[in-house]
Amino acid sequence: MRWLVATVAETIPETATATTLRLDVPSWPGHRPGQHVDVRLTSSDGYQAQRSYSIASPPGTEWLDLTVVRLTDGEVSPYLATVAGVGDQFELRGPIGGWFVWDEEDPAPVLMVGGGSGVVPLMAMMRHHAQSGSAVPVRLVYSARELQDVMFRDELESLADSTLRVVTVTLTRERSSEWSGRRGRIDREMLNEFGWPPNAGPKCFVCGATPFVEAVSSALVALGHDPTSIKLERFGPTGQ
Amino acid sequence: MLAHQGHACHVDSLRRLPFTVALENFCRTRVSYGARNQGESQMRVEREQPTLGVTPNPRWVFLSEVVSMTVVSRGFGGRFRRPNGEVTPPGQYVVDDFPVLTAGPTPSVTLDEWDFSIVDETGSLAAHWTWDDFLTLPTESPVVDIHCVTKWSKLRTRWEGVSVDTLLDGVESSADFVLAVADGGYTANFPLADLTGGRAWVVYGYEGEELDPEHGGPARLLVPHLYFWKSAKWIRGLMLRNEDEPGFWETLGYHNYGDPWREQRYWGD
Repeated sequence: MRWLVATVAETIPETATATTLRLDVPSWPGHRPGQHVDVRLTSSDGYQAQRSYSIASPPGTEWLDLTVVRLTDGEVSPYLATVAGVGDQFELRGPIGGWFVWDEEDPAPVLMVGGGSGVVPLMAMMRHHAQSGSAVPVRLVYSARELQDVMFRDELESLADSTLRVVTVTLTRERSSEWSGRRGRIDREMLNEFGWPPNAGPKCFVCGATPFVEAVSSALVALGHDPTSIKLERFGPTGQ
Repeated sequence: MLAHQGHACHVDSLRRLPFTVALENFCRTRVSYGARNQGESQMRVEREQPTLGVTPNPRWVFLSEVVSMTVVSRGFGGRFRRPNGEVTPPGQYVVDDFPVLTAGPTPSVTLDEWDFSIVDETGSLAAHWTWDDFLTLPTESPVVDIHCVTKWSKLRTRWEGVSVDTLLDGVESSADFVLAVADGGYTANFPLADLTGGRAWVVYGYEGEELDPEHGGPARLLVPHLYFWKSAKWIRGLMLRNEDEPGFWETLGYHNYGDPWREQRYWGD
């Protein structure tokens, strides 16, 4: 798979630690929602570092959006999230991954469960769902720490409706009483209330840090969902 | 490929030049370096690099075919450089923790239910062990470096388990390939020669402890000379094959063989 040169066209702050890099990538071959890219940075003395990042933009847009969370001890994410500016260049290749992908031809209802930055590949699916005019009902359950950590908040509100795209945001550490939505970690009860019943035969996409993914996937299996219908993607310090 | 060369090429100043001019200068710097220090093999590898869609000056056409078009990212310094002498495959970085990567939920299998089978290329059961049987087989304790396709490497990991040579001892077969089969439907494929000769194990211990289910317990395959997705978690058997059959990730865009030293991550690498 070839390395392509990406040029930063725009940087969009999402939260205090997350930035969307809007990239111009000539000869980008296109992607499916949920896939990721490998990014390769090269320093002026030839040292290189590679990491993987999920694609946030849906297929068919002019730009490729990567939403990157700056990890304190990271090597690549601090550069992408705070240093890279308009006109800066790095290499990437992709799209990568044929598993954690939503297929718009699949008539099964969709449950997406995201923790923190795990919402990024799910956002590509949500955006594609909206743009493609899909009639498949989608439910997104998204957990963040505090309100200020919720990514794509305005866009999620505009994408959400009461039937086709139902979005539930839960905050695990929000102290303010202004938040009238759900609080607490995503558990079996919350998945039962805001997800699909197993007999609806949903496709489940779970993305987040490893403990989150383990807990949610175990809860889904315990609720009776078919393990083969549950697709996992993990984020974490090694996924910088 | 260029990660450990300690090579400076003044790209900060080049960035301010018109792009094609900068590119030519960049190429010139690289090829003189490459010719002096790298030799033919490096050039052959770099021929696969992209050409940026820029029409090169005719004088430099030959260079664009052999020289990396790597762009330098302004302001990137690199924090995870390794001490001299500690070598990892290209594109990898070293971690101290043990990340978990799986495609689906962690299966739960009790040790009473667990067994391990070897099926030969005719479809016949060639060998079979229960958990208790398996524990009576001769053990080995390999200490190996492991390399995940998601870029992390972990050095000097210590495992306990049974060599695949031991498992295949007494199995009559002329198969050239093998498919590892695991709980949850996961599979990984290999030339049989890659699982023999002391290069692969079925392990149930990690760093002196029982292998955690997250990391593939009760037992996983360990094939450290290939990317770690090949080391199938929750392994339950080996199917010997006359024909190669791509496994789970191998049908989803990942390289059929997966040699980290040749950076065979994806199809076409």
